[in-house]
Amino acid sequence: MADPFLSIQSVRKSFGNVAVVKDFNLDVDRGEFVSFLGPSGCGKTTMLRMVAGFEQPTSGTIKIGGKDVTYLKPNQRKVGMVFQAYALFPNLTVAQNIGFGLRVAGKPRAEIEARVKEMLGIIKLPDFGARYPYQLSGGQQQRIALARALAPSPALLLLDEPLSALDAKVRISLREEIRSIQKRLGITTIFVTHDQEEALSMSDRIVVMNEGRADQTGTPFEIYNKPTTRFVANFVGTLNVLKGTVVNAANGQVKIGDDTVMLDSDLGGRKAGDSVSLALRPEAVSLGRNDLRETSVAATISEVHFLGSVIRVRAKVGDNSVSLDTFNDPSAPPPSAGSAAEISFARRDLMVLDD
Amino acid sequence: MKVSRFWAWATFIVGASYFFIPLIATFEFSLRMKRGEYSFEAYRVVFADPRFQATFGYSVVVAIFTILLGVLLVVPTAYWIRLRMPWLRPIVEFITLLPLIIPAIVIVFGYIRMYGSNSPLPFLASVRGTDVLLIIGYATLALPYMYRAVDTGLRTIDVATLTEAAQILGAGWVTIIGRIILPNVLIAVLSGAFLTFAIVIGEFTMASLLNRPAFGPYLQLIGANRAYEPAALAVISFAITWGCMSVIQVLSRFAPKSANNPN
Repeated sequence: MADPFLSIQSVRKSFGNVAVVKDFNLDVDRGEFVSFLGPSGCGKTTMLRMVAGFEQPTSGTIKIGGKDVTYLKPNQRKVGMVFQAYALFPNLTVAQNIGFGLRVAGKPRAEIEARVKEMLGIIKLPDFGARYPYQLSGGQQQRIALARALAPSPALLLLDEPLSALDAKVRISLREEIRSIQKRLGITTIFVTHDQEEALSMSDRIVVMNEGRADQTGTPFEIYNKPTTRFVANFVGTLNVLKGTVVNAANGQVKIGDDTVMLDSDLGGRKAGDSVSLALRPEAVSLGRNDLRETSVAATISEVHFLGSVIRVRAKVGDNSVSLDTFNDPSAPPPSAGSAAEISFARRDLMVLDD
Repeated sequence: MKVSRFWAWATFIVGASYFFIPLIATFEFSLRMKRGEYSFEAYRVVFADPRFQATFGYSVVVAIFTILLGVLLVVPTAYWIRLRMPWLRPIVEFITLLPLIIPAIVIVFGYIRMYGSNSPLPFLASVRGTDVLLIIGYATLALPYMYRAVDTGLRTIDVATLTEAAQILGAGWVTIIGRIILPNVLIAVLSGAFLTFAIVIGEFTMASLLNRPAFGPYLQLIGANRAYEPAALAVISFAITWGCMSVIQVLSRFAPKSANNPN
């Protein structure tokens, strides 16, 4: 494999006695789109700010394009950044904002004008050059901010929750636009977000962060379907956690409620009588028996929410509450709360969580 | 509705008369230099007086340098405190308030003791040095107004994020302050500059005790020795002040616009 374009090695950052980033390692390939996903306070923004140069790591190294930039000032890194609060310069026009980085770099006027025009085309706001930021909507301002960050052709693009301040509709269209521009320019990008949907839909890879650590790094498919820690499993997507007791460790028999199920996955050294937490995605559970889902257990329906095309059902299995979605069927009324039912799932979908 | 309107007007008229009657009376008096007729003779005498031109010119130049010094001192300081040392703000605010509490006469006597010709920093040993000391002294007097005006201006923008946005685009400190911060607080700086100008033009104590030919001591001299000219000078001073205000109003139309200041 070629050398990674961005390499973060054993980075640690403490403010006083509090470590906000601990032993963070990541290699990002050229052109890759990587998201830092986590709840607020998990250290994802601090890690991004260390890549930008606004914070310095307490220890560890950061390399961009093979060059050690750990202690380089932000204005010497050739990195583009988009902020949550847009941060357009209010005293400059849109064109001056986009051309700012090139002007600071001392580029000739004609070159700046051409590049600004090109960027306005890329973000599909070709006639907005003469306007001031206060005349634009939030979504437009953030697109200008993206153009401003990209205009000097940075080696690396950093996006710090750029969609958080926008309303839902703009957020979705802009995330598609950001991703398509990123792909077209082939620019290596780090995207910080607390929104799992954004991270899942946009990224090549996701780093899920928890309390300053990278809990799991993988493709959206891996993160969602094969979470390796309980935190990742809980934070990404909705998750049903079933508490069970190991009956036979050798053949993977676990007792859940009154039923005993067989597991495909390794029980991680647990012995008969040990408790174990199993996780199931709502979409991996169906109501009633199902030919594709060989395991079924007895349950009691506790809540039914009719959401139109989808019906969300909560059922009790022993002491565990299981959430599942079924499609609305016009010919069959939804189950009623309090009734007994069977739920089924495939054993390969059961995930064993680390305690 | 009608009653409240009546009282509103009544209050306005009382306030306006309190302000305007002395001014009108002064103006009327200043026109009576020639016996039996109204004329602008007093103004002609004042404008023709070479000492008026000299002292007024001197004060304007001193005011301009004071404003420059004030801006150079206050904008980076207020910016840096907002950005990196917010815990220092109460202390700096207190320091900037000191000139309001300590009388100018105390400051100037302190200067005379500290910067006399025998001191390590003999500002007062030369005329040019005394001018510099006067400008520094005026910048101190203007500090409460200048600092507050600029700090209020900085409050309306997101200093930290704008700084970071400029930094990541490659800008250094001079570019950030000169092209991003200063233009965005220009209105605040201008109002601070205007207040500074007004203070410097009329200041008497420092100029008099440092024995500089400023407009304040000249006003005092004329006021003590002549009858009609002081009235004319008072009206001229008002006109200058109002002129400054209108200039600021006009300038603010060309000022950078922001979401907070959309007109």
